[in-house]
Amino acid sequence: MKQIVTTLFVLLFATQLQAQSAQDIMNRASAAIYYSGADVRGDVSMTIVDGQGRKRSRSLVLLRRNEGAANADQQMYIYFTRPSDVNRTAFLVWKNTRGADDRWMYLPALDQVRRIAASDERTSFVGSHFFYEDVSGRLPKEDRHDLVETNGTYHVMRSRPRKPGKVEFASYVTYIERTSMIPTRMEFYKADGTLYRVMEVLAVNTIQGVPTVTQIRMTDNDMGGNTTLRYRNVRYGNGFGSDLFSERSLRAPPMEYLR
Amino acid sequence: MQGLTALVLILAVAPPAFAQMPALPPGLGGQPELPPGLRVPPELPPGLGGQPELPVGLDGRDASGQAAIEAEEPSALFTGFFDLRYGARTQDNSLMPRDILGEARLHLEAGFGTTIQTRLAFDVVGDAVASDHSVELHAGAGAFDLREANISFSPFQSMDVKVGRQILTWGTGDLLFINDLFPKDYESFVIGRDIEYLKSPSDAVKLSFFSDYANLDLIYTPQFDADRYINGERVSFFSPIAGGQVGGGAIPVDLPDDSFSDDELAVRLYRTIRGFELAAYFYDGFWKSPVGYDTGRALYTFPQLKVVGGSLRGPVGPGILNLELGHYYSAEDPMGSEHNIPNSQTRWLIGYEMEVARETTLGLQYYQEIQDDQTTYLAALPTGMTARPETRDVLTARLTRSFLDQRLMANLFIADSPSDKDGYVRADLSYNISDALRLNVGINHFYGDSEQTFYGQFQDDSNAYFGLQFGF
Repeated sequence: MKQIVTTLFVLLFATQLQAQSAQDIMNRASAAIYYSGADVRGDVSMTIVDGQGRKRSRSLVLLRRNEGAANADQQMYIYFTRPSDVNRTAFLVWKNTRGADDRWMYLPALDQVRRIAASDERTSFVGSHFFYEDVSGRLPKEDRHDLVETNGTYHVMRSRPRKPGKVEFASYVTYIERTSMIPTRMEFYKADGTLYRVMEVLAVNTIQGVPTVTQIRMTDNDMGGNTTLRYRNVRYGNGFGSDLFSERSLRAPPMEYLR
Repeated sequence: MQGLTALVLILAVAPPAFAQMPALPPGLGGQPELPPGLRVPPELPPGLGGQPELPVGLDGRDASGQAAIEAEEPSALFTGFFDLRYGARTQDNSLMPRDILGEARLHLEAGFGTTIQTRLAFDVVGDAVASDHSVELHAGAGAFDLREANISFSPFQSMDVKVGRQILTWGTGDLLFINDLFPKDYESFVIGRDIEYLKSPSDAVKLSFFSDYANLDLIYTPQFDADRYINGERVSFFSPIAGGQVGGGAIPVDLPDDSFSDDELAVRLYRTIRGFELAAYFYDGFWKSPVGYDTGRALYTFPQLKVVGGSLRGPVGPGILNLELGHYYSAEDPMGSEHNIPNSQTRWLIGYEMEVARETTLGLQYYQEIQDDQTTYLAALPTGMTARPETRDVLTARLTRSFLDQRLMANLFIADSPSDKDGYVRADLSYNISDALRLNVGINHFYGDSEQTFYGQFQDDSNAYFGLQFGF
């Protein structure tokens, strides 16, 4: 009897340990792709190719600041330069790990600061195949993770949402490169097992000692087509304060960080 | 001892056995379900996979890739657009022609500098509907419209200054303005110009102060900037003075235009607390449209106005709630006995906006205007003149939805006034044919029981418009 109890206890403990290490791997992957550096700036060119092969492009500057440790709160400022009809349009996002994000948008022609309801994180970001959540980073704690396999190159993870009603996927598989902990590929599956959405990292550069994703593509068969993001002029450690991520920067863009 | 052996054994075996290794879905094993071009297992991107890494700039592949991106984006001195637009009345208007809008517009803008930023934006307009083409820079009439010409800089870390012609906006309402007393171009809005022309520029000095406790904006306009109001030139309206519809020419006004005496001051004190934006406002200037009338001189006037107000905006439930309140102190009619000058009044609104379905947003507002001294006003009103109601209220709904990967935007705005029994509908479809080319079609529809109410007076100006915009 004592043995059975011991065995059960050990089994439970082992499963727990397993789950913990899977969660830990995902936390580290999230940290590697969304939280590298205390702050960062980068120029982003976005190429959107729709299902019929038509191309659209966007150019923007991204400023990001971590509030504290990895997977904690963050602030983001996004300043569009192209095409001309969105030139000087800016987004401000306060990523809140304990609740919904706060989002603002600035329309320069009207000098208007709009508040955006952030109820659905999984809608297209400016018409691209990336969702708002792909830009700001899905929190690892929102899903349950299992380690499928660790091979010479990758940790292969399988994740399922804790709140399935809030997302369009049933599960996703992440390939995490073991040295950098960068998730280089994510595959999103529907309940019937259909693979419909794939994120691929196409290039990684080491910038100021930090392995940094500089090219990434999202393919979405539901929408048709794909979007590629290319980063250049990436710089860490800019000394951004939290006051940079405020209405002030929406109305008066901080050009010293945008050019 | 036996137990310990079991424990060690289980510890060694249990994790893989109980990790419940999930079966990989079809598509992961290299089966043909994968979309073409997707590799399984994924190849490592360049830069990973144990290859020796080169620092940025020495990595041949990335360096050439960056050069290619930069080559795509030569920085032009001016950006802007060319806009062709036509609009026609959908009903007969005995005072006005069928065409309400017919123009070709070239918009150019440029920004220079980092520590001291200069901005310039202007329009060159060929207007087939306007009868008068003479350029009036201050009023924004004619073939040249200077939209922005300003410099901005930060003399201190906690202070911004912006001097010159600039577009200014604050407040929380959606097309309902309480504490935003910066000039608006209602004519452009009503006839179907692009929504960005709803705001007309101010010639002002804006001082902004920032601190951890609160932020302060002080905006001083030395010479009163009126709305680009509906004056009867292009859109007809009801005048209680004329006792009927006025149109076919601009109404005579007495514009307060003495620099440094006919001036405006707008102040906003604001801060954000846990995602909630709180603001207090003050305005000292004039009613922005000619709502007064000087019987002796037979001129429409802009009576003096002071406004004190506040607003709140923040996340509640799945959406954004906003509340705004303002008291309009009509300084030239302190008792409310001057029927040719607006009464003092309280204005407030409450709004809520949320995403109701994918790519679909619904915003609702309730707005109310309450006259301070209705009894005095009624007592002083000459017999035969129609009285303003004590309370005017408006309900608005805005439904926006995007289709085709946000290439097509549908926007429906309805304002209905239960008290005035009138309303306004704006429906607009905007289609991005490409990044550069955009097509707009829409309607501005006014309805009402009476032609004397706020929206009802524009019934015969209801119109449909289309526009084609080429951005560069």
